[in-house]
Amino acid sequence: MKIMQRILAVLCGIVMLTAVSASQADDGFSTSYTYGYDYWEDVQESPDAYRVAAVIDNSTLGRENLENVLMNKAQSLYVRGNTLYVCDTANNRILEITRSKNNEFKLKRIIKEMTGTENNTFASPYDVFVDPAGNIYVADYDHQRVVMMDKNLKWIRDYTKPTDATFDQSQNFLPKKIVVDVAGRVYALCQNINKGLVKFEEDGFFSGFIGANTVSVSMADYIWKRYFQTKEQRAQTANFVPTEYENVYIDDDGFIYATTIVYSEGDLKWDKAKPIRRLNSLGADILIKNDKFPPIGDLQWVSGAESTGPSKMVDVTVLNDDMYVALDKIRGRLFGYDSQGVLLWAFGTKGNVDGAFTGAVSIEHMGHDLLVLDQQKNNITVFEPTEYSNTIFDAIETYLNGEYDRSAELWQDVLKMNANYPLAFRGIGRAVLRQNKYQEAMDWFKLAHDRENYGRAFKLYRKDWVEQNIWWIILIVAVLLIVPLVLGRVKRTKWEVVMHEHSKVRK
Amino acid sequence: MSIARSASKKAKPAKSASSRSESRKAWWNRYLASLKYGLHVMTHPFDGFWDLIHEKRGTLAAAHTFLILFLLTRVMKLMLTSFQFISAPTQYINVFEEMGSLALPFIILCLANWAMTTLFDGKGRFKDIYMAMCYALVPYILIQLPMIFVSNMLTFEEGSFYSVLLSVSVIWCVFLVFIGLMEVHDYGPGKTFIFLIVTVLGAAVIIFLILVFFSLLGDAASYFISMYREIIFRLN
Repeated sequence: MKIMQRILAVLCGIVMLTAVSASQADDGFSTSYTYGYDYWEDVQESPDAYRVAAVIDNSTLGRENLENVLMNKAQSLYVRGNTLYVCDTANNRILEITRSKNNEFKLKRIIKEMTGTENNTFASPYDVFVDPAGNIYVADYDHQRVVMMDKNLKWIRDYTKPTDATFDQSQNFLPKKIVVDVAGRVYALCQNINKGLVKFEEDGFFSGFIGANTVSVSMADYIWKRYFQTKEQRAQTANFVPTEYENVYIDDDGFIYATTIVYSEGDLKWDKAKPIRRLNSLGADILIKNDKFPPIGDLQWVSGAESTGPSKMVDVTVLNDDMYVALDKIRGRLFGYDSQGVLLWAFGTKGNVDGAFTGAVSIEHMGHDLLVLDQQKNNITVFEPTEYSNTIFDAIETYLNGEYDRSAELWQDVLKMNANYPLAFRGIGRAVLRQNKYQEAMDWFKLAHDRENYGRAFKLYRKDWVEQNIWWIILIVAVLLIVPLVLGRVKRTKWEVVMHEHSKVRK
Repeated sequence: MSIARSASKKAKPAKSASSRSESRKAWWNRYLASLKYGLHVMTHPFDGFWDLIHEKRGTLAAAHTFLILFLLTRVMKLMLTSFQFISAPTQYINVFEEMGSLALPFIILCLANWAMTTLFDGKGRFKDIYMAMCYALVPYILIQLPMIFVSNMLTFEEGSFYSVLLSVSVIWCVFLVFIGLMEVHDYGPGKTFIFLIVTVLGAAVIIFLILVFFSLLGDAASYFISMYREIIFRLN
């Protein structure tokens, strides 16, 4: 009996081993690291979109280079050209890292202090921004200022707490994230300020708030609070206040992308929560959402040991062609979206291996390469796109450039790598439609669940069909009209004849 | 008594073949007439429903036919409508489940209505209620069945035409249900409306009882199974 059990156990083990090795095949097409969602919200595995190209940490930068102070609670990344800036927050410094060919990352300098001012060090710098001229802006959190210096670290200006009445004077000015637009206006996301981003003109003048979150109160909440709570209860429960943003990013067109992680879960799929926003100069959200679901990260919220509920986007970065990648801190995942809000791919996980995160806080990009900062592992993971996602990028780019046929070819290549890719179906459908192959285009659009384009193709197909078969249609309609008429006439005549005979008989 | 019954049973096969085919033909004619009467009910609901029950213009066979056609229409709508208008996950749809999930509530609602109205001098028997409700489904069948075909000739932008006709069919059906119940039970409109609500509550009670019954049945079964296991265990 026992021997039998053992044999069984060994057999089971072999089966499981083969299963595991099969799922980890090294061809890059079945690692289940990268995935997407289909029309029915089901997870569809896809080929890897990104691979880890390098990991930058204390040892790769060199301990001596870091002056024997290891990175600690780094909070933010910024990329300008080939230079990477890391806010080493707990060490009150900023690391400037340059990237050379072969993915070598070298520490260029450590920014700890500047010249030209008395208060020349940083205290918990939370964010850094570098403008095209090389001027460096630092969100100097504990010094309650945003400081601007030139590329030689000469102090230029401090942006401090506004004295304006619209700024609550009982609050401290605690800038956590900053962006600067082309005109030199500074937008600061501040702790405990829920009126939106604090906006400074180039000369340091405070010119108001933009992009406040709207207060969302449900009817039931309001009635409950207004009519059923005592004064004491009301004082104890939280006020209805707008929430703060989590992070901001400014794209090449000067639009500010903001993420928020405070919302009720039920609002997500109905596009009321808006975890990722694109703010125009008035502060209105103008992010384009043309997919079945708004960009909210995961559609299925599988609970894990430390991860429950929806994705929480801590940062977002915008690639070319208005594609953007959002970073989810709950499951350590990256979600790529195209300009229409359609999910391109999602990948990442929690864990300690390369390509997994324990405390992802910030994401940046160099071209199509993605860099993710982990505040607990104190390292930066550099991802490079695979052939699969490069083909997707190329297909999108060629389409936007008007090379529709080339784009369709590229989408065909994508389909060879991933046969479950709705964007490819749509892309090919568009190209086929342009070649006036209506019926074929309809098939592609049907696969993509694209109603508008299907309708467009179908309209043309229907027009063609009617034009070709117009004589048959006229014939059938005529027959349908004339035959009953004739039959009725015949019947009536017959009846009249019969009645005539009857009347004769009666006579 | 029993002799007489068996005698009458025996008498039937003794009928001549021609008379049997004649009676079959008569039944068939009556069936066809009652099917056609569905059109009359649809367009003249007040008279139609009254005559349906009291003048015996309707047949149960026709009622069954309408119910089955209704279920078929529903399933065909899900499967065959152009994907621009309905995106049902066809890969997950179980046709019989879909039909059952419509037929069962239909029967339960009829049952609940009968159970409630019979206590408050409703004139309709269960058969009458069932028949009236089935006849009320006729506009749904007549409009939605052709619309499945039509939907495949329309584009997404022309969808308003489609959706308006669909809502017309549903509103028509609801109207017919209301009038039907009114005529069957000889109620006024207010009372009918109240009993529509009461019917829904009654249906909820019926479903609750069914669930309780089956869960108790399961408990009882597991009790006896565990007792059996215990005895076997002790015996060994």
